Amino acid sequence: MATDTAATTKLSKSDASLGEGVRRRDWIHIAALSTAGVGGASLLVPLISQMAPSQDVLAQSSTELDISAVQAGQAIKAVFRKQPLFVRRLTPAEIAEANTVDVSSLRDPQTLAERTKVGHEDVLITMGVCTHLGCVPLGAAEGENRGDFGGYFCPCHGSHYDSAARVRKGPAPKNLVVPEYEFKSDTIVRIG
Amino acid sequence: MSFAWAKPYEPQSAFTKWVDEKLPLPRLIYSAVGAGYPVPRNLNYMWNFGVLAGFFLMVQIVTGVVLAMHYAANGLVAFATVEHIMRDVNYGWMMRYAHANGASFFFIVIYMHIFRGLFYSSYKAPREMIWLLGVVIFLLMMATAFMGYVLPWGQMSFWGTQVITGLFSAIPLIGETLQVWLLGGFAPDNAALNRFFSLHFLFPFVTAGVVILHIWALHIPGSSNPTGVEVKQESDTVPFHPYYTTKDGFGLGVVLILFTTMIFFLPNFLGHPDNYIEANPLSTPAHIVPEWYFWPFYAILRAFTADLTIPFTGITLIPAKLLGVIGMFGSILLWFLLPWLDKSPVRSGHYRPMFRKFFWFGLIPTMIALSICGGAPAEEPYVIISQIATAYYFLHFLVVLPIISQIEVPKPLPFSITQAVLGGDKPGSTSGGGKIDPESVVEGFPGTATDGSLQPAE
Repeated sequence: MATDTAATTKLSKSDASLGEGVRRRDWIHIAALSTAGVGGASLLVPLISQMAPSQDVLAQSSTELDISAVQAGQAIKAVFRKQPLFVRRLTPAEIAEANTVDVSSLRDPQTLAERTKVGHEDVLITMGVCTHLGCVPLGAAEGENRGDFGGYFCPCHGSHYDSAARVRKGPAPKNLVVPEYEFKSDTIVRIG
Repeated sequence: MSFAWAKPYEPQSAFTKWVDEKLPLPRLIYSAVGAGYPVPRNLNYMWNFGVLAGFFLMVQIVTGVVLAMHYAANGLVAFATVEHIMRDVNYGWMMRYAHANGASFFFIVIYMHIFRGLFYSSYKAPREMIWLLGVVIFLLMMATAFMGYVLPWGQMSFWGTQVITGLFSAIPLIGETLQVWLLGGFAPDNAALNRFFSLHFLFPFVTAGVVILHIWALHIPGSSNPTGVEVKQESDTVPFHPYYTTKDGFGLGVVLILFTTMIFFLPNFLGHPDNYIEANPLSTPAHIVPEWYFWPFYAILRAFTADLTIPFTGITLIPAKLLGVIGMFGSILLWFLLPWLDKSPVRSGHYRPMFRKFFWFGLIPTMIALSICGGAPAEEPYVIISQIATAYYFLHFLVVLPIISQIEVPKPLPFSITQAVLGGDKPGSTSGGGKIDPESVVEGFPGTATDGSLQPAE
């Protein structure tokens, strides 16, 4: 180490006379700039993360819902994380129709069973947010257009969803999202 | 920074001499937009739109600062404070209508300014930097206009935010996280409204800063002109003041007549009735459209309806949604490459017979078609028209322009601006008045043949 330093010093002295090369002050310049650089860059953490959802927004991330009033063939709109949520009780005909579809032919292949809970195969809970650009699809309320496949229809850019809320036609890349949820009892669902 | 014959600033009074020593601001103005700035003598009215764009930036800043005094960026009251401005604030209705229509007029003059740049190839050397900064200004304007439209918190505001931030969710892997980060929540809400207000206030000042760089870059080579021939001598120029201050002033008067007609007689003509319904996260309007100035780009976004797949394997390379987003952003980012795509040494479209045909019969009808389709519902025949127009748009810039700049035989250029205007080339002939000999403009002098003696773009 000592010889290294001596060599460096010697080198830097000869170079200093030429006005270029390694000099003793280089170390303090690099150290000072690196420290200031890391410190400055670390400021990005608070500046960027302040834009992420705040704690009160995250606190609204679970909702309990009583679905006892939803009859077969009916759907209700609820609100989850300030976005619409569709709860539909499927009729046996709709379940049969959804199960006859060849899953591998779908853009986002999923069976109806993968989109519902065991013991509650007739309850289809999805976000009411089109996976294309986020419009609210029609079909949850009485008398609305349910599209070519008897599920939901997004009027913004013409995406059609089937009775299992899977995308069948139009620009949407994914099925309507099934949020995380669990049945607290036969009629109470906790979403989120 | 200017031509050798530019008149230097000479302060007359003791006071102006005193100021000039301490802070030479009058000197800067004199040599930037005053009598000390020589400008080509043959600029036509297409050269008015830069000054007009600067004027509308000022209109937006002044009316915007006033509106911010009465507006509250909170989801609970935002919609009501806009109505408060309209009904209760003295002249609030005028300020708001001026701001809303001012945005439209800003885009009208900017589109004319870009159109001028495209036809006269103002983007070519030595003016590439001016063009690049101009594209940056345009992107800043689009971001500012989008965020401003969110602030009234009506149905179009809300669902426009949902759709536009939804574009970012198309980005693979990080897209959905990015959208939530942009919005500060899972759907547009107070957090999004507040940050858009903050940025909508900030961006015009950033734009003003880039405008200063744009003008600075312009003053190095000086303005282009309708012949595309560079300034060679003093007789090719006139001082900016009073010649172009007057000409710009006249253009400003004409535009102000149109602008005030819109404010006072057709204030909502360019708006959407749906935006007078308060934002409702549970109900989407039947037909979401952006403001008219985004229509061409919105049409490109919606033109991509099929995934990009490897044939016969069923493997999707890029989903349609991401293709649309890439197409839309790409259609503008493409302009950054324009100085290097069009290699023809001739600038002005007047001397480029092939370029002119593709410009008037290709690009212009394409832009009109895209504008119409972007405002129309997503159904036939608009979908197929926007697909054809989108294809031509990219072909025009990426294929047509590079090829015609290689094979085209341009018309002979005049020797100088003076010759083009007066049919003579002696500096003394400037006193001869504005007699124009149209033959000389096209034919040129003997020796200005189409081959080797062609004016290079330097």
